[in-house]
Amino acid sequence: MAEMDTSSSGGKGKKHGGTKSKKLSTRVDMTPMVDLGFLLITFFMLTTTMSKPKTMDLIMPKDTENEKEQNKVKESTALTILLGKDNRVYYYEGLAQDPNASADPNFFKATSFANTGGIRDEIIRKRDEVARLRNSKGEPEDVVVIIKADDDANYKNFVDILDEMAINRIQRYATVDISEQDKKWIKSTETANGVQ
Amino acid sequence: MPKVKMPRKSTNIDMTAMCDVAFLLLTFFMLATKFKPDEPVTVVTPSSINTTLLPDSDVLLFTVDKDGRVFFSMDGQPKRRKLIEDLNTQYKLGLDEKEIRNFVVGASVGTPIKDLKTYLSMSEDQRKAGGLDKGIPTDSANNELGAWIQYGIAAQGTNLAKVKYCIKADNETPYPKIKEILETFKSKHIQKLNLVTNLEEPPKGTAAWQELQGTKQH
Repeated sequence: MAEMDTSSSGGKGKKHGGTKSKKLSTRVDMTPMVDLGFLLITFFMLTTTMSKPKTMDLIMPKDTENEKEQNKVKESTALTILLGKDNRVYYYEGLAQDPNASADPNFFKATSFANTGGIRDEIIRKRDEVARLRNSKGEPEDVVVIIKADDDANYKNFVDILDEMAINRIQRYATVDISEQDKKWIKSTETANGVQ
Repeated sequence: MPKVKMPRKSTNIDMTAMCDVAFLLLTFFMLATKFKPDEPVTVVTPSSINTTLLPDSDVLLFTVDKDGRVFFSMDGQPKRRKLIEDLNTQYKLGLDEKEIRNFVVGASVGTPIKDLKTYLSMSEDQRKAGGLDKGIPTDSANNELGAWIQYGIAAQGTNLAKVKYCIKADNETPYPKIKEILETFKSKHIQKLNLVTNLEEPPKGTAAWQELQGTKQH
């Protein structure tokens, strides 16, 4: 450690030995200062935020009564995702305009938000499948995801599914009010799976 | 037996280096962080891969806690003063200067407008104890959230285009509440909203992840 030479021996008087003054140590006890330093660090760590919160843009469509302005979704390009209680996700292909669609036992399926084998795989599968279809002009079709949240769903589910859209770069998606039919399907799937 | 004499060493440690480190860290934390804003309730936000930052100013922030109580907050003291004065005249609340001042320097408010006078005359602890943090009513019969949005916009003055409408809701907030809020915004013809989230990495192998890898390499 660097120490200052503070012995009172200025230049000339050294050799001839004037009045001998007592040598005082210049070492300061740093312990209280360290204590103070760490106290302040703790204070700042607890009262401040490191990172600014991030935001997700949500752009909602205008309500329109005009039939012509409304976008029509094709049955073949649609994937409907339903959000249920306890982070459950249900999905089916198409829009289920035909009430008898559920006659097929594989129509209405339950899944989860898991990283693998969850709803993401299903979205990717459907996206790639629809990308192979061609519209009347010969261009690739875009998948349209319809999101319907049940009353038991929470905000996290909603953000998670919107995030899935961002993760998988789904350009076209819409949040729609849940229909009675969808609620019925969720109910029956829950009973079939033994959910209370 | 010969005794081995251990030389006595001083137990004094030189604290200077430690002191240096402590103050270096202190400086870092002081410069790299900012104070946590006052929050009436604790809200755990969900995470998303979005990296857009929440701006510091020109924000109307609606905080929703896990029971669905809505709180309103806005930056800028002159704007807050205009807002509360407008509300005061419109709803004939009869607020005095002290209560107005309380709103101007305060953080979030979440109470029905008719209780606003009692709410603002109390300190934060009294509000909590008195159960006045009821949240802004959002149901269709008495939708005061719409009024807050409207007066919030009116208080912004000229730079309306820059104003962001943020919703900061808890993970556990029930969806119907969120829907009510979104409907309210829709009825005010506000289509562009921001949801406050935490940052998370895009999961491996997905489209967003590939894009991120692509930008990293360039």
